[in-house]
Amino acid sequence: MEMVLSGADAAPAAAFALEHVSKRYGSVVALDDISLSMAKGSTTALIGSSGSGKSTVLRLLLGLDWPDQGVIKAEGRALERPHVLALRQRVGYVIQEGGLFPHLTALGNLALQPRYLGWSAARIHERAEALAELTHLPPGVLERYPAELSGGQRQRVALMRGLMLNPDALLLDEPLGALDPIVRHELQDQLKLIFDQLGKTVIVVTHDLAEAAWFAERLILLREGKVMQDGRIDDLRDRPADPFVRRFVASQRRLPEPAA
Amino acid sequence: MKHRLRLAMTLFVLLPMYVWAAPVRIGSKQFTESVILGELARLGTQEADSQVRHQRELGGTSILWSALRHGDIDVYPEYTGTLTQELLKGVAPDADIPALRATLKPLGLGITDSLGFNNTYAIGMREDRAAQLGITRMSELAMHPELRFGFSNEFMDRADGWPGIRQRYGLPQTQVRGLDHSLSYRAVASRAVDAIDLYSTDAEIPYYRLRTLADDKHYFPRYDAVFLYRLELEQSHPAFVAALRKLSGRIDEKSMQQMNAEAKLKGAKETDIAARFLGVQTDGDDAGLWQRLLRRTVEHVRLVIVSLGMAVLLAIPLGILAARRKRLGQIVIGLTGILQTVPSLAMFVFMIPLFGIGAWPAVAALFLYSLLPIVRNTHAGLVGIPLELRESAAALGLPSGVRLRRVELPMATRSILAGIKTAAVINVGTATLAALIGAGGYGQPILTGIRLDNIGLILEGAIPAALLALIVQGMFEGIERWLTPYGLRIEARQ
Repeated sequence: MEMVLSGADAAPAAAFALEHVSKRYGSVVALDDISLSMAKGSTTALIGSSGSGKSTVLRLLLGLDWPDQGVIKAEGRALERPHVLALRQRVGYVIQEGGLFPHLTALGNLALQPRYLGWSAARIHERAEALAELTHLPPGVLERYPAELSGGQRQRVALMRGLMLNPDALLLDEPLGALDPIVRHELQDQLKLIFDQLGKTVIVVTHDLAEAAWFAERLILLREGKVMQDGRIDDLRDRPADPFVRRFVASQRRLPEPAA
Repeated sequence: MKHRLRLAMTLFVLLPMYVWAAPVRIGSKQFTESVILGELARLGTQEADSQVRHQRELGGTSILWSALRHGDIDVYPEYTGTLTQELLKGVAPDADIPALRATLKPLGLGITDSLGFNNTYAIGMREDRAAQLGITRMSELAMHPELRFGFSNEFMDRADGWPGIRQRYGLPQTQVRGLDHSLSYRAVASRAVDAIDLYSTDAEIPYYRLRTLADDKHYFPRYDAVFLYRLELEQSHPAFVAALRKLSGRIDEKSMQQMNAEAKLKGAKETDIAARFLGVQTDGDDAGLWQRLLRRTVEHVRLVIVSLGMAVLLAIPLGILAARRKRLGQIVIGLTGILQTVPSLAMFVFMIPLFGIGAWPAVAALFLYSLLPIVRNTHAGLVGIPLELRESAAALGLPSGVRLRRVELPMATRSILAGIKTAAVINVGTATLAALIGAGGYGQPILTGIRLDNIGLILEGAIPAALLALIVQGMFEGIERWLTPYGLRIEARQ
């Protein structure tokens, strides 16, 4: 009986869920009673202006911060402090400008996690080479220090570091925010390919609507810690749930029409 | 097995004998007369007991007194007046030596009879001026109200100084000036003043041809020179004590003045002076400049390395703790900061009751001084790591110990090394004070040089100390370059 019941109940557990989560930093409300859930293998973009709370979502999912109220769930299980390290090893995290450690070479950065887990040098090397191929990192770059890398290379290495342990999920916080437009465009293409290829649960935070729509089917627009709209790009554009959504969509600059 | 047992038993038997045969340690204060008396004690007893050492210039009265009471030294020269006025409580100010002996006995201390001179305050005049006015006693000063007095500032202020003698002797003089003691001899010699205060065995008295006026109303307490010693020597080194007692009554005021003058004015060595007085062979330290320098360098560097090493071992963990726990961190940094504000001389003296005299209290004091720069820089280096990097490390799922070792400490390397460098350089300078408590090092010639007013000797300690500080600085810059991860160096260049 029980088996049947639980079976019937179990829509496959969401990869991540927030249930009535609130978080404030001092007097600033970062998240205001928010509930969200991300299905396994889905790609979601969190968008919004600075201070809308979108980065806070990622930080709470990783246990880098804890909600004032509400529950965070990973794979159906409420997040508690003792699980945090294990969870972080199953989730890759990439931030703006990469967050690479300047005293280590690119390879040294990649090796941190696997070395702690007892991988052999050969295995680390092999994995790094495979990821270099996946991210189109030029050969030889792995031996360099972060200060010797271009912005695009740094971002690639950061992504590789997030993928070293072949995690179930990738959380990216403005991963392309610091890049020039050409590199950014190139990396958008590659990231999209990688997301599709790997089939992981991906949450990407960006303030660029076009980038968000390029990466993800599901867009979640946040404002002052509240969800303004949760849907596809067509919904946001054609059926804005709120005047703010209309304004946000309209504020994306387009190239001027060619002169008639 | 059997051998080991026998060895152990032999040690067991020999060890107490070794302790029993421990050398007698004589201490002396940091002024010439005391050092000469210390040498007199050493040379005068060496026939009776070959195991006698003299630790020179250990510091002031309080340091010697507490060293004697704690058994860090066994003997030192003292003055009865100092015992009655400063060291012993509840003793009559004019207590004689038998009375002092009775008071000292419960403390486990013994006292010899007077060595033969009284080094007290006195009033001195130029011999010719005194003869011209016919003054030999202090009471006769009252008949010459026109006389000009120049007194050391301390003597002017002390109740038992000028205010006291004026009242006791009914002195009418109004031209009384405060002078620095070192200048007062020149002032009286050049007739700028007619009379000054002095210590009755000062080397300058014969040099400037001064007449010491008799204290005919017995105003000043007696400062008879004596040796204080630990009573247990009477059992453990009876021959030594007997020889020490034989020095009593042998040194009169004139001889002491003469010996002081030879050291201070002619630059003779205390050992030679004492040997000549006793008529024994001198065994003066004839080590050449380089040999002396080498010995002091070893002493000095050892103080610095041991104290700095221990400080690093404690301060880095404290700095880490301070960075991890904000509240605790403020307390830790505050406490080490307070340590830093303790004046260095006081710090060295505070360590004596805990560690005795010699190298260990110096190491302890230097250790405490080294803590702050290292704790503060470790803390600053760790909290200075950008938040996003600290979080990136956390987000990798590494436990905090691994993060600390692989990420945070390497990134803070430069700051931590800078802290150690600061501590080392401060340490090299402060360690010169360690000579005050018998730890040797470059401070020793500086102290002796100050005492004898000998610039050459002062430089013999000051120059190597400055050079050592520069070398340490350079060395740490090398280490910094060597240990700072390459990635951080090129990052800093951008």
